[in-house]
Amino acid sequence: MHEVGIVQSTLAMAERHARNAGGSAISSLLLRVGDMTGVVPEAIEHAFDVLKIGTLAENASLVIERVGGIGWCEGCSLEFSADGWIAICPRCAVPTGDLRSGLELELVSLEVS
Amino acid sequence: MCIECGCGQQPHEKHDHPHRVVSVHESIFADNDRRAERNRGYFRAHGLFVVNLVSSPGAGKTALLEKTLGLLPLRSGVVVGDLETDLDAIRLRKTGTSVVQVATGTLCHLDAAMVARAVGTLNVKTLAVLFIENVGNLVCPAAFDLGEDLRVTLLSVPEGEDKPLKYPPLFRSSNWVVVTKIDLEEACGFDREACLGHLGRVAPKARILELSSKTGAGMDQWCDELVRAYESRPKGL
Ligand SMILES: Nc1nc2c(ncn2[C@@H]2O[C@H](COP(=O)(O)OP(=O)(O)OP(=O)(O)O)[C@@H](O)[C@H]2O)c(=O)[nH]1
Ligand SMILES: [Mg+2]
Ligand SMILES: [Zn+2]
Ligand SMILES: [Zn+2]
Repeated sequence: MHEVGIVQSTLAMAERHARNAGGSAISSLLLRVGDMTGVVPEAIEHAFDVLKIGTLAENASLVIERVGGIGWCEGCSLEFSADGWIAICPRCAVPTGDLRSGLELELVSLEVS
Repeated sequence: MCIECGCGQQPHEKHDHPHRVVSVHESIFADNDRRAERNRGYFRAHGLFVVNLVSSPGAGKTALLEKTLGLLPLRSGVVVGDLETDLDAIRLRKTGTSVVQVATGTLCHLDAAMVARAVGTLNVKTLAVLFIENVGNLVCPAAFDLGEDLRVTLLSVPEGEDKPLKYPPLFRSSNWVVVTKIDLEEACGFDREACLGHLGRVAPKARILELSSKTGAGMDQWCDELVRAYESRPKGL
C-alpha cells in the first residue's frame, strides 16, 4: 500500500519536471531509496509498472539506487554503517536515533525526450 | 552508455539525441513536507498544540482520546482519519468535543493537505490542543509530517513486544510511545522488559508512557505530560 503512494508521488513529480523541461515523454527515472526507510524496492517496481500506464512515463524504465544506513554514536562520535533497520554503535553497543544516511527517498533525475 | 545524456549511444558528440537528463534531487515527500511546514506555521500562529496519534488498527487511539478528552484541562478539538466509516467520529463527539472526520478512502494515512482542509472547518481560536487520530497503520504515517508538535505512537499489549522491531521507521519518528492496554499484560503474557528494551533500541530518544484506557491506570501521568508539553510548546512564527 505504502509503495503505491510513493510511486504516485514520484510519477506526479516526474511529470511536473518533464513538462517544465519541455519534454513530452519520460524514458527513465532514477530513484534513490535508503535502506532504513522500510521501503521494499521490488514493491516499488511492481507498483511502477502498473501506475506508469497513461502517464508521460508510460514507456519509462525505473532505476533504483539503494543507499546504505549510516548511524552516528553520540557517546563515542563514531560514524558507522548500519545494516537492517536498527543502528547500534559497534563500539558501545548503544543504539542511536541519529541517522546520517539511509532515510533517503528521492527522485534523483529523469531522462526526457 | 553516454554519461552526458544517459542514452545507450557513445560518444556524446557523435549523436544528436532528442532526450536529455533532467536533474531533480527532490524528496518524494517534498510536497507534503512543504504543506506540513505551512500547517505548523498556522498552528503556532494560533498557539495551538498539535498531537498526531498513530498506531496499528485497533490499538486504542479512539479509546484513549475518549478518556483523555474527559480528563484534560485544556480545550481540545479532534481530526479523525478513517478509511471508510465515521464510527470513531461519532464516538468522540459524545464527549462534547468538536470533531472533524476525514474519510481517506483507499489512502492508508493522513497527509498534510488533508489536515489543512479539515482544520479549516474547526474554530481553532477557541482551542488549545488539536488531536489528530491518524489512520490505523504502522507504515505510511511515518513518512507523512502533518505539521504536528508531537507524534505519539501507541503500541498495545496484545500486539506483542516485538512490534517496534518490525516497524522501526514509525517508532523512530515518534516523540512519545504509549504502551496501551496494560490491563492485558498478564493475560497476554506480555514481556514488558523486552518491550522497553526494543523501544530503547529502535527509538532511543522517545519518551515512553504506559497506560490503560480501560482501567485508567497511567492516565493521570499521560494527561500531566500533555499539559506540560502544551505549556512548553513552541509559539509564534
Ligand atoms: N482491555 C483494554 N481494551 C482496550 C483498551 N483501549 C482500547 N481497548 C479496546 O480495543 C478496541 C479498539 O479500540 P479503539 O480505540 O477503537 O482502537 P483504534 O486504535 O481507535 O482503532 P482504529 O481507529 O480502527 O485504528 C476496542 O474494543 C476498545 O474497547 C485498553 O486500555 N484496555
Ligand atoms: Mg479509532
Ligand atoms: Zn500507505
Ligand atoms: Zn559509540
